[in-house]
Amino acid sequence: MDKIFSINGPVVKVKDTKTFSMQEMVYVGSKRLIGEVIRVTSDYTTIQVYEGTTGLMPGEPVESTGAPMSATLGPGILDNIFDGIERPLKKLEELSGAFIADGANVSSVDPEKKYDCTITVNVGDKLSAGDIYCTCPETQLITHKCMLSPLSKGGEVIWRAPDGEYTVNDTVLKIKTQSGDEQELTLCQKWPIRTPRPCRERLPGTRPLITGQRIIDTVLPIAKGGTAAIPGGFGTGKTMTQHQLAKWCDADIIVYIGCGERGNEMTQVLEEFSELIDPHTQRPLTDRTVLIANTSNMPVAAREASIYTGITLAEYYRDMGYHIAIMADSTSRWAEALREISGRLEEMPAEEGFPAYLPSRISEFYERAGYVKTLGGSEGSVTIIGAVSPQGSDFSEPVTQNTKRFVRCFWALDKSLAYARHYPAINWNSSYSEYVGDLEEFYCKNVNENFIDVRQQISNILVEENTLMEIVKLMGTDVLPDDQKLLIETARIVRVGFLQQNAYHKDDTYVPLEKQYLMMKLIVDFYELARKALSHMKRYFRSAGRTR
Amino acid sequence: MELKYVGLSEINGPLVVLDKVKDVAFDEIAQLQLADGTQRLARVVEVEQDKAVLQVFEGTKGLSLTNTTTKFSGKPMELPLSKEMLGRIFSGSGKPIDGLGDIIPDKYMDINGSPLNPVSRTYPRNYINTGISSIDALMTLIRGQKLPIFSGSGLSHNKLAVQIARQAKIADDNGQGFGIVFGAMGVKNDVADYFKRSFEETGALERVAMFINLSNDPIIERILTPRCALTCAEYLAFELNMHILVILTDMTSYAEACREFSSSKGEIPGRKGYPGYLYSDLASIYERAGIVKGSTGSVTQIPILTMPNDDITHPVPDLTGYITEGQIVMDRHLEQTGTYPAVSVLPSLSRLMKDGIGEGFTREDHSMCANQLFAAYSKVQDARALASVIGEEELSDGDKAYMHFGKLFEEYFINQGFDVNRSIEETLDLGWALLSTLPKTELDRVDEEHLKKYYDPNKAKTMFQ
Repeated sequence: MDKIFSINGPVVKVKDTKTFSMQEMVYVGSKRLIGEVIRVTSDYTTIQVYEGTTGLMPGEPVESTGAPMSATLGPGILDNIFDGIERPLKKLEELSGAFIADGANVSSVDPEKKYDCTITVNVGDKLSAGDIYCTCPETQLITHKCMLSPLSKGGEVIWRAPDGEYTVNDTVLKIKTQSGDEQELTLCQKWPIRTPRPCRERLPGTRPLITGQRIIDTVLPIAKGGTAAIPGGFGTGKTMTQHQLAKWCDADIIVYIGCGERGNEMTQVLEEFSELIDPHTQRPLTDRTVLIANTSNMPVAAREASIYTGITLAEYYRDMGYHIAIMADSTSRWAEALREISGRLEEMPAEEGFPAYLPSRISEFYERAGYVKTLGGSEGSVTIIGAVSPQGSDFSEPVTQNTKRFVRCFWALDKSLAYARHYPAINWNSSYSEYVGDLEEFYCKNVNENFIDVRQQISNILVEENTLMEIVKLMGTDVLPDDQKLLIETARIVRVGFLQQNAYHKDDTYVPLEKQYLMMKLIVDFYELARKALSHMKRYFRSAGRTR
Repeated sequence: MELKYVGLSEINGPLVVLDKVKDVAFDEIAQLQLADGTQRLARVVEVEQDKAVLQVFEGTKGLSLTNTTTKFSGKPMELPLSKEMLGRIFSGSGKPIDGLGDIIPDKYMDINGSPLNPVSRTYPRNYINTGISSIDALMTLIRGQKLPIFSGSGLSHNKLAVQIARQAKIADDNGQGFGIVFGAMGVKNDVADYFKRSFEETGALERVAMFINLSNDPIIERILTPRCALTCAEYLAFELNMHILVILTDMTSYAEACREFSSSKGEIPGRKGYPGYLYSDLASIYERAGIVKGSTGSVTQIPILTMPNDDITHPVPDLTGYITEGQIVMDRHLEQTGTYPAVSVLPSLSRLMKDGIGEGFTREDHSMCANQLFAAYSKVQDARALASVIGEEELSDGDKAYMHFGKLFEEYFINQGFDVNRSIEETLDLGWALLSTLPKTELDRVDEEHLKKYYDPNKAKTMFQ
């Protein structure tokens, strides 16, 4: 049995051992705390522990599990709230009360709950990786589809259970692989959280994620399977924007990762989502939501893992053919967890103490988004929307800069807009979306053929206002000629009447695309008519002057 | 039999190293006995096989490699707790220093606490009436919230904290207990005295537990002070069902103590030399506010921090802002013009406000009135910026109206005096009166119905003569 050699915060070392492999999950100490191997040298094996290490002593045992850090995937994930390493928080509450104790080992999905299963294959059918063999209603909204693990070699069905009620660990199917082995399949499977689940091919994202938020849907749209970052200092409304997206976007399933954020916020999501009714389906939003809550005072190593746990759950549902949106709030906390662990390992720091591998980790995360054809043949997508909390609201810091390189949508939140209580405080000048071109066809076909034109005109008005504002700031609006005054006034209408949106107003909180188009059209038409009237007037005065 | 270790093998700043120790656990507490019989407490911060690194809370002054004996307690630092703690004064590490003797504990609790399960929290919704217009109307304090005051040296943050503590109607009508836990980290003697005197004058002293670490006390003890204070607060709130207001001052000194400790441990620094884990460390303090399901008590936190050089992007206020549920920012310019409390309205915010105001809590028009005041005051800033370039005379009428509004707003709304306690109705009516000095067309955050009810320029004229 291997023994603990040293302890420094969440980092534990074992000396002179060859038992462990990289990224293997281990149990540390007599309390059996969950940990992961993060470095192996000939002298030491280094382990990061996902729970508090207070009271741990050198000499306590370290137990190998032989498997990498994995998530359990099966029915029972939806309408649940997990910590960073997929332990259900409601179960932890039953075990240890209001405060989380260390060393609690609970199963991720409820092992006793029975699901009404329909086996969709018959004896003799040939299955390959990713093929669906069983379906059951997980919530009233979502049908869970159990599939062969993407790593499976596939095989022929030699036995199937009759349709009926099963728990997640009951065997429902037996297959014989080509090499002649028999495999028993249950309703759940495991998947290492740091490995992306494979798909057959990646498809271009040509359908928008419709959010009902005007500035996002029209000015800065995001495609299903796309990536977006929301950077902003504190108090600019990152969390608020993510809540709005989680509530209203037209994804089938929302994975909400509260990574190193406030406990009260997670409670709010929990309470609010169980009360809110999804407008599309008339069911509580929790029916389509998974929450991963690793609040800022929970162990830092689990915070690092929470992002991967979340995306693994999302990919699993993607493989069933669903569209998933991930809200990660906030990726900066995750990067800081990387920095903290890296510091404890005494690695050479790069910028601002962050490890040199920060960019590659960030890109690995965002690259797991995408619109794909799954191994099973259906289409699904994972959209990632990550909040970034730049230190000192300075967008030049490493996390924001590196994130910018790997996302295609950048919704920069602006302090001065937030101070003026202009929400969502997305600054239209410093934000961008690379998806406009990809989505052009969808908007023209499904909303209105002029949609893109009108959108462009709105955006032109804002750009021109921006250039004029430099003069206005110096001299006031009075000195401008009439047509520029009109532009400033129109831009004000765009800002106050269109871009600003009240999340607490029952009609304004979600606006369908059709209405968004009509609102834009109204403003553009107004501008057109007013400009014409202005030039008429000018001509009139000029001719009047001549006759005088 | 207890094991005692004679001597040390290394001393470095507040850290000491012991060799050849047995069964030492990470984070446990040890007692160092000096040759002259005095005792010091220390905490294990790193263990490697039979070597342990300890941080000594009272400092390592006078320690040598031979004159100490060390005894390990086998458990993390625990604070003795009892209801009798209210009305007492403790040192930063929780020892009574008011000469009234030790307390008789009902319970011992680990001062590091445990993370509160988000599932077990109750979302805070009850607002606290502080009687201060700028706070009540624009950044409402909610029971169970953590709302820091961002200030600078020389500003009246302490006065504001005292006023909040005095006026806060935190107790329910059914006479539930209300208490204040005061944690002072690295504050000047004068400041500690000021708080003590103010609590005495208002007759609140018997409801206050004070944990005091002065600026010349050892820095390691400073790291314990907020944890002791919050352990006490949690005990009173969640076990005895009291409403506890925790005032922590000054968080910047606390963070500096962390930095000092971290650098003596030889850790890789993050921004401005602060340790990379400062965010997690601060979170482990701030997150200990809230309401737990199944208990009727609450912990509300008002940490005070001074922004070095009034810089809100300094790591301490910056990280704090990311953890806390809003902030009250103090403004030097307002302070200089004699405004009290000098609350800088625009960067201030209360995140929990939206669910704790409106009908049933304050008044149905609260959120609209607040939004409009914010929007209008932010236009005042634009108008002022323009006026500083082209002069006030050249401004358009609209901008002039805003300039006027800004002046009245600061004079009548923000400025209110130390002894003035305004009800929420008074505050909101005052807000509407101020808005009524603006042309009706400028009020774009308010709906017709409320305009009809509250917009009254004539009343405003008589009010602000």
